[in-house]
Amino acid sequence: MVVRFNFQDAKQTFVVIREGDGEASLSFLGSMTSNLPASEPPFNGSPASDSPRPRQVLKAGGGGASLNFHEIWLYRDLLWALSSREIKLRYRQTALGAIWVIIQPIMSAGILSFVFNGVAGLKTGDVPPFLFTYAGTLIWTVFNTTLSKASSVLVGNASLISKVYFPRLCLPLSVVPPVLLDLGVSLVMLTALLIKFGILPTIAVFLWPLVLLITLMMALGIALVAASLMVSYRDVQYIIPVALNLLFFASPVAYATSEVAKKVPAWAVGIYNLNPLVGLLEASRFCLIGQGEVNAGALAYSTIGAVIVFAIGMKCFKAMERKFADVI
Amino acid sequence: MPTSSNLAIQVRGLGKKYMVARTKEKHTTLAEAALSKAKNPFKKNERDEFWALRDLDFDVFKGDVLGIIGRNGAGKSTLLKVMSQITEPTTGEIRLWGRVGSLLEVGTGFHPELTGRENIFLNGAILGMSKRDIQSQFDQIVAFSGVEQFLETPVKRYSSGMYVRLAFAVAAHLSSEILVVDEVLAVGDAEFQRKCLGKMQDVAQTGRTVLFVSHSMQAVSRLCSRAIVLNNGQVDYQGGVKDAVDRYIRLGSAPDDETSLKRRHGSGHYRFDWVRPAMPVFATDEAKEFNFSITKHGDNLSRLILWADIVSESEQIIAHLDSRLDGVHPRDADKLTGAFTFSTPWLKPGRYRVDVTIRSNGLIDHLEGACYFEISPVLPYRHTVQLYEIGKPLVLADGTWRVDGQPNE
Repeated sequence: MVVRFNFQDAKQTFVVIREGDGEASLSFLGSMTSNLPASEPPFNGSPASDSPRPRQVLKAGGGGASLNFHEIWLYRDLLWALSSREIKLRYRQTALGAIWVIIQPIMSAGILSFVFNGVAGLKTGDVPPFLFTYAGTLIWTVFNTTLSKASSVLVGNASLISKVYFPRLCLPLSVVPPVLLDLGVSLVMLTALLIKFGILPTIAVFLWPLVLLITLMMALGIALVAASLMVSYRDVQYIIPVALNLLFFASPVAYATSEVAKKVPAWAVGIYNLNPLVGLLEASRFCLIGQGEVNAGALAYSTIGAVIVFAIGMKCFKAMERKFADVI
Repeated sequence: MPTSSNLAIQVRGLGKKYMVARTKEKHTTLAEAALSKAKNPFKKNERDEFWALRDLDFDVFKGDVLGIIGRNGAGKSTLLKVMSQITEPTTGEIRLWGRVGSLLEVGTGFHPELTGRENIFLNGAILGMSKRDIQSQFDQIVAFSGVEQFLETPVKRYSSGMYVRLAFAVAAHLSSEILVVDEVLAVGDAEFQRKCLGKMQDVAQTGRTVLFVSHSMQAVSRLCSRAIVLNNGQVDYQGGVKDAVDRYIRLGSAPDDETSLKRRHGSGHYRFDWVRPAMPVFATDEAKEFNFSITKHGDNLSRLILWADIVSESEQIIAHLDSRLDGVHPRDADKLTGAFTFSTPWLKPGRYRVDVTIRSNGLIDHLEGACYFEISPVLPYRHTVQLYEIGKPLVLADGTWRVDGQPNE
């Protein structure tokens, strides 16, 4: 069975025809003003043959590469293969292997709590500084790793893009499962810490997956724009680490937002609160260890921001992905 | 007679345009792009259009094995890239009745750190196979590749032969109705190439449609029933494979065209007009003569140096001919014609490219692929062996053997 639709998107006509094994599917193409079933796809030049309808039509401005969620589903094995490649490779030829997944966050939380709490003397409320910092780094690591890996994944796999066809979105998406795996290990570690310090999480812990989802959307949204730009302009690969470094200090990872208000004037706090990660990090820490303030306004701001950023990222990626193979 | 109902591929008015930067003004950094925009806000980027493919029309029927032949830069690879959806066409369209599996480069996506087994799954997934597909064919893939003992070894420890065999084995088990294959036979040893050819024949016999790109006219003749000759992005000939190969060999010695004249290196004071082999096919041990013509386009320059490089299909420079070494230093003239010849080393049967260069103090002209020629698959020895039995030497030797007290046959 073949389903055929003409999407009228601004000036361009997209024709998407796809047929699975007996099942027909419809491709999704960003924002469309209208979609109307067409009897016959436009055909330039010679007349159409009387043969059965083709499985696929490749033509300029559509048909080929498009953001197509059904197609990504068809390529789920590729998504999985790319993710497991990343996981398998990460600690190959290391002596300690997977133990690094545990050691890394502990070491960084240790250093951060020493600097921010021990040296700078920023208060961490009722919980031990180490636990406070460790809980903060969880969501920060998700954001940081997703953004930096997903933004460079296209350039890193340039040979794949120029030699094989697959939905390009698989590459940035493949970054997420390894990040979640690391997060899982860190959560186990966190549970152990909570037991050790005798802290019981509140009911809010069930809201934490939502915070995670919003963070992922935000990171992926930015990464999709960055990745698309990086195909043409490699400058982006130098901007991202610097920007992330700045963002780290401008976000309550190793310190509490309440401490900021004590040290800087009100207008500076206003600017500080423009960072959408502020609300997310505070909410995350509140959900996990019951520490910090959850501000509904800040959270709504982050959520709406994440949705907008994600939508822009997808749109941007879609607009540029057709040119990836030619430019990369 | 094929009817329109068993079409596999229909190509109509297909074109692919690339923009080629004319000057050095290609912006690879944002700052450069912004700066040049700020300087000349209304200036359009000076870029030349380059049509890699233009107005292609052809049909491929189910079960056809279609050869696509043409010189380097004729548009073969671009056609396959468009066909396999890697890049989109600029004009026209391709209608496909079936899933396209493409094998554009053996081993794409192989990761050196992963084991053979892991790479089979990774590579299969990249080529669009489902995990179930791969699992059900795993044993066949492994058997075909012949690397059973090394399945748990990272492929970085494989020899290049093993690597290629494994990669081809995965791709050869793609189950798409349309298979697009680019130059797979350019790699691997002779025996493996024979095996690949056999596999491709099997694929063709199962009624699947194959598009096959190769520089090896032997392989194309053996595998394909029909062929298309591409030249400068256009269909030069389509029809029976024998006529197509003849046509291609004639094209191979054709003078260079306008487009590549613009894209070549050097100051351009002098340019090669053309280089032609005296014959399209030489025997291994005969003298190979090439005629050339050079025209002056710029200032007077004396004491030119002419070079010709003989390059194999695996991009190895087999021989370098330098006019100085023969005491030839052409003096200034509006037109230079002449010939260069060589008879040793004994080239292996196959296809070779000739790159020519004019130098004096600096580079004046460098023309890659000035012409092509073939060495006929007849070995220059008294006793015949199968072609694949000669192994992997770069060139053939006129070696002799003697065992004391036993005369040669």
